[in-house]
Amino acid sequence: MSLGGYDVEVQRPGGLATEEMTLNMGPQHPSTHGVLRFIVKADGEVMREAIPDVGYLHRSIEKIAEKVGYHGFMPYTDRVDYVAAMPCNQGWAMVSEKLAGIEVPRRAEYCRVIACELNRIASHLLSVGSMGMDIGAYTPFTHALREREYINDLLEDLCGARLTFNYMRIGGVAWDLPPEWVPKAVAFLDRFEPLIDEYNALISYNKIYVERLANVAVITAEEAIDYNLVGPNLRGSGVKFDVRKDLPYSVYPEFEFDVPIGSGEVGTVGDCFDRYMVRINEMKESCRILRQALAGVPEGSVLAKVPRKFKPPAGDAYVRVESARGDMGWYCVSDGSEYPHRVKIRTGSFTATSIIDKVSRGLMLADLIAVVASFDLVAPEIDR
Amino acid sequence: MKQLVLQLTGEGGALAGVPYHLVAALAMLVFGAIVVFVFVLPVAGVTSWLERRVWARIQSRVGPNRVGPQGFLQWLADGIKNMLKEDIIPTAADRVLFSIAPYLVVIGFVATFAVIPFSSTLVIADLNIGVLYITAVTGLVVVGVLMAGWASNNKWSLLGGIRSAAQIVSYEIPAGLSIFPIVLLTGTLSMQGIIQAQGWAPWHWFLFHSPFTFAAFFIFFVAALAEGNRTPFDLPEAESELVAGFCTEYSGMRYLLFFLAEWGNLYVIGAVVTTLFLGGWQIPHVTDNPVLLAVLQFGVFFLKSYFWVFIAMWVRATLPRVRVDQLMSLCWKYMVPIALVNLVGTAIWMTVVPARVDRLVQIAMTLAGVAVLVRFFLRVRFQLRRAKLRAVDYYYSPII
Repeated sequence: MSLGGYDVEVQRPGGLATEEMTLNMGPQHPSTHGVLRFIVKADGEVMREAIPDVGYLHRSIEKIAEKVGYHGFMPYTDRVDYVAAMPCNQGWAMVSEKLAGIEVPRRAEYCRVIACELNRIASHLLSVGSMGMDIGAYTPFTHALREREYINDLLEDLCGARLTFNYMRIGGVAWDLPPEWVPKAVAFLDRFEPLIDEYNALISYNKIYVERLANVAVITAEEAIDYNLVGPNLRGSGVKFDVRKDLPYSVYPEFEFDVPIGSGEVGTVGDCFDRYMVRINEMKESCRILRQALAGVPEGSVLAKVPRKFKPPAGDAYVRVESARGDMGWYCVSDGSEYPHRVKIRTGSFTATSIIDKVSRGLMLADLIAVVASFDLVAPEIDR
Repeated sequence: MKQLVLQLTGEGGALAGVPYHLVAALAMLVFGAIVVFVFVLPVAGVTSWLERRVWARIQSRVGPNRVGPQGFLQWLADGIKNMLKEDIIPTAADRVLFSIAPYLVVIGFVATFAVIPFSSTLVIADLNIGVLYITAVTGLVVVGVLMAGWASNNKWSLLGGIRSAAQIVSYEIPAGLSIFPIVLLTGTLSMQGIIQAQGWAPWHWFLFHSPFTFAAFFIFFVAALAEGNRTPFDLPEAESELVAGFCTEYSGMRYLLFFLAEWGNLYVIGAVVTTLFLGGWQIPHVTDNPVLLAVLQFGVFFLKSYFWVFIAMWVRATLPRVRVDQLMSLCWKYMVPIALVNLVGTAIWMTVVPARVDRLVQIAMTLAGVAVLVRFFLRVRFQLRRAKLRAVDYYYSPII
């Protein structure tokens, strides 16, 4: 089989009338990763256009913030991106702290970083696992989820929840690290790090898998920036930008880690395989951060003194955190009252949907699945 | 069976006076019914259970283990459940075609059992065109699948049906071309004749007869997987792409019939491969007792063919799915030319290579095959040992 891409030029004998078929992919479809719908115009198997129809999961989370106040909004942030809820928690906590000018204890910052990086690994595991499943290999999915269960157990120990954590608070975190928790986390890392290589041996360099992903939906660095892609999708196109590195927040400057970018090792820079591989490599980097963070958790309290009636002075603030899906922006306008005047969340999945139509033209129907999986779309994050 | 019928219709037999052909036809029908209900359906059912268990172990899960010992009766529970379910036919569907499509698929695979030689005596009909018959009736499956896809009046079903038609029609060519070398070697199309031309020892199998038959074996197996809609060629029912492909709109027993055919078809693939390349029921001479002989031959044949069912399960758990264009280019650019080379190569081999060299080549090929197998098992063992990581000693999830 050739490794290259393919030119699809459908030749019709004269006089044979054909028409394009409109396919409704979703909202209920096994591999749209949530309630997401694509209106696909297809000529046989070849897509002419694939327009994402978003909005099925709109829950007015931003509006809810104006009604429940700063502290009360924290559980809702879990629902913005339920696959990686910790960074959302952190975004909201950070924007509130910035508004009120609260200093967070260092131990709390470490707890936040540890929780976020564990959650990032869990999210990437789900992403690469479901990538395999969408391509048709079911085994990698269960193997990835098995490791994710360990992380869920760890986070359950930490905050009592396995999915929607509600762990962070304005001014710190809700609970300190439990006793004997750090050795458990290190034991998990000892087990998990070799497993990444095993995962690569299992599926990543499988011939069929590479053929399905290499050279599919290539996004150049310029396009990626133009379409405002963030996170692994942007880095897959070879742009070295990571909020943790380039606009450092929390205690990330204290840790040593690399920012993996797409190298086009089996195809072109910016194809589906690169976006996939960036996630695999990011898990390794997260492990590095976790080892450093777990080794150096400082003593102290985990929650700054924050009044129950939290009234930040009038003004606005914007913070950016690196969620598992990339640069997540939190904008909040305060009018000096107990309730935020306006909250706006900028998410990576939403901008990623805008480029799907562009890259999927001329691809095959089966490729759309690979493209959607490679962007790691999470439907609730698109709509909020 | 012939002797039995002759005894029955002969002088003093229970059916004396009845025309011989009538009794023979009836006997075939009865034997066929016995094979279908006592062998085919349970084998398909047990295969479904075994596949789920094997799959689960490979995926580090448990799999069905509640109904019966180790969940062995799960297939019965599933069958009963599906029979009791409501049989929904969509309003927009073509009722007649929609209803009969699953039966066509099942007929296509059950009919193949008519010529499968379970032992030197246990065969429903030893047709003199046995191999041709198998390729012909398995072609019926594509009609059923296409019919199901079209009659469902659902775009996903239609895409699945069209994919299936293109796929099965394409892959029948390399499969057929890989049968020809064997037919050339034996000079017969009869399944029993092909088996009788081989011996019990591996170096008498056609698999190791020459490099060409060795290649033909793999091409046939891959093409048969593709014809049976198995991973990595399960595009017609690609779950992540086409929801459930041609059976999206089906429910209840009709839905189950498609899967019955798929799982049963696995055994047919194994049986045909065993017959053509692996010496079929051939065993060394151990007994003259006809019943014991039949049982032994049946056991050998069953084990050989079920081994390939297991391989197909393993492949399904390991590989991702290819894309439509890759599927077609694999077939037309690679498999068909190689199969043609095999055919011509075998013909030249038969005329050019003298018998003594032939024997040497067979032994060398067998040794090479054993070497490949040993290397394979060593590699599997190495991987398994490497994979035995220390489990973290805390967990709450019962899965891990």
